[in-house]
Amino acid sequence: MKQMKVDAIKNGTVIDHISAGKGMQVAEIINISGENEVFIGVNLQSKKIGKKDIIKIENRELTSEQVNTVALIAPQATLVIIKNYEVAKKVSLKLQENIENIVVCPNPKCITNVDNIPTKFKLVGIEPTKIRCVYCERKYNVDEISIRI
Amino acid sequence: MKNLISMRDLTKKDILQFLELAEKIEKSKIKPNLSKKLAALIFYEPSTRTQFSFATAMKKLGGQTITMRGTQSTSVQKGETFADTLKTISMYADLIIMRSAIEGSAHYASEVVDIPVINAGDGANQHPTQALLDLYSMKKTQGTLENLTIGIVGDLKFGRTVHSLVQAMSDFKPKFYFISPSFLKMPEYINEDLREKNVFFQELKDAEEKIQEMDLMYVTRIQKERFADPEDYEKVKGSYIIESAMLKGVKKKFKILHPLPRAGEISTDVDKTKYAYYFQQAKNGIYVRQAIIATLLGGTK
Ligand SMILES: [Zn+2]
Repeated sequence: MKQMKVDAIKNGTVIDHISAGKGMQVAEIINISGENEVFIGVNLQSKKIGKKDIIKIENRELTSEQVNTVALIAPQATLVIIKNYEVAKKVSLKLQENIENIVVCPNPKCITNVDNIPTKFKLVGIEPTKIRCVYCERKYNVDEISIRI
Repeated sequence: MKNLISMRDLTKKDILQFLELAEKIEKSKIKPNLSKKLAALIFYEPSTRTQFSFATAMKKLGGQTITMRGTQSTSVQKGETFADTLKTISMYADLIIMRSAIEGSAHYASEVVDIPVINAGDGANQHPTQALLDLYSMKKTQGTLENLTIGIVGDLKFGRTVHSLVQAMSDFKPKFYFISPSFLKMPEYINEDLREKNVFFQELKDAEEKIQEMDLMYVTRIQKERFADPEDYEKVKGSYIIESAMLKGVKKKFKILHPLPRAGEISTDVDKTKYAYYFQQAKNGIYVRQAIIATLLGGTK
């Protein structure tokens, strides 16, 4: 692929190796609206994972909550902090055992939806990622859930 | 142990401890005294049987009960929030016993109050005291919980009793036969749990097929409301009725269990056979609930 100008950002964050198709969802989590320049690449070739999505955000670092959420949606993604065109830090994404107030429970009869209380999920499976609601105890595949923003 | 919310929280050892204590209580080897204790029965969803069973258990322990019924207020509605109601009640009582149609209510309650909480049923999720009394009945009739062959008949989709039971039994190397109308089959997430634990299960078309192999048959109610077309209900109903004629050649210790109330799934001519165990099962519920309450309130010494 031809190198594009957007490939290099001066300062900011690059989320690479997002499995193809998940890029837009990740973009939603990190809330790309605002002043910062954002580049979203979809269906790019990757030696590591076949097809991938990539996101580059100028002048921004993610909060730890956002990092945890990205890990949930795209566990194999890599996160790099860029400072002055150079890699300043590589952050490895790690699935959290406890996922608090990030995910909406899809069960309409769950207390978290009826009473609007913070949600709590536990990680119960990896590849594919599976989580269980602490309250109603339903187990979900990560592609069945939506994110509480 | 502070609360009893879900069978998922119990180890095999916890389960056996509850059952042992229930047995001691039944045989009057131990008489817990909770004469200074008050249990609040909060029943947002009516269930006269469960409520009576808990109240009886508490009274037999020498304790008192107060009862609250009504609808679960939510933060969407005006008035006192659910959390505030619970906190207030926890100022009066030593124990909360809660039934609700909203799933996760009891778990949430246990986070909000400092006193112990017993889940007396939360929607389609859990009903751990029922599961424990079912296990108690199984152990009492079979002498063990290990390696039992159990047929489960009826509504396997919405029957939380069945879900808790299957989950609780899966650590005791059981063999399950599931018998239900196709649209009331065991949910896939339960089957998945069973596969993960290497538990044998098979779906059968009718209850008679493997009845001679079974140690126990657990029958649940098929509710008319689950059917869109009443005619379908009438058609299906007949295939899931247990009659005394079906019981030829069953194992000596074979027993039929049912959480009650029944709605015709077990023909009354079964009642007089030695295989009927459902009324005794309800009685066992008192001992088991006594054991649970006594454990949580520290009255077992
Ligand atoms: Zn839930």
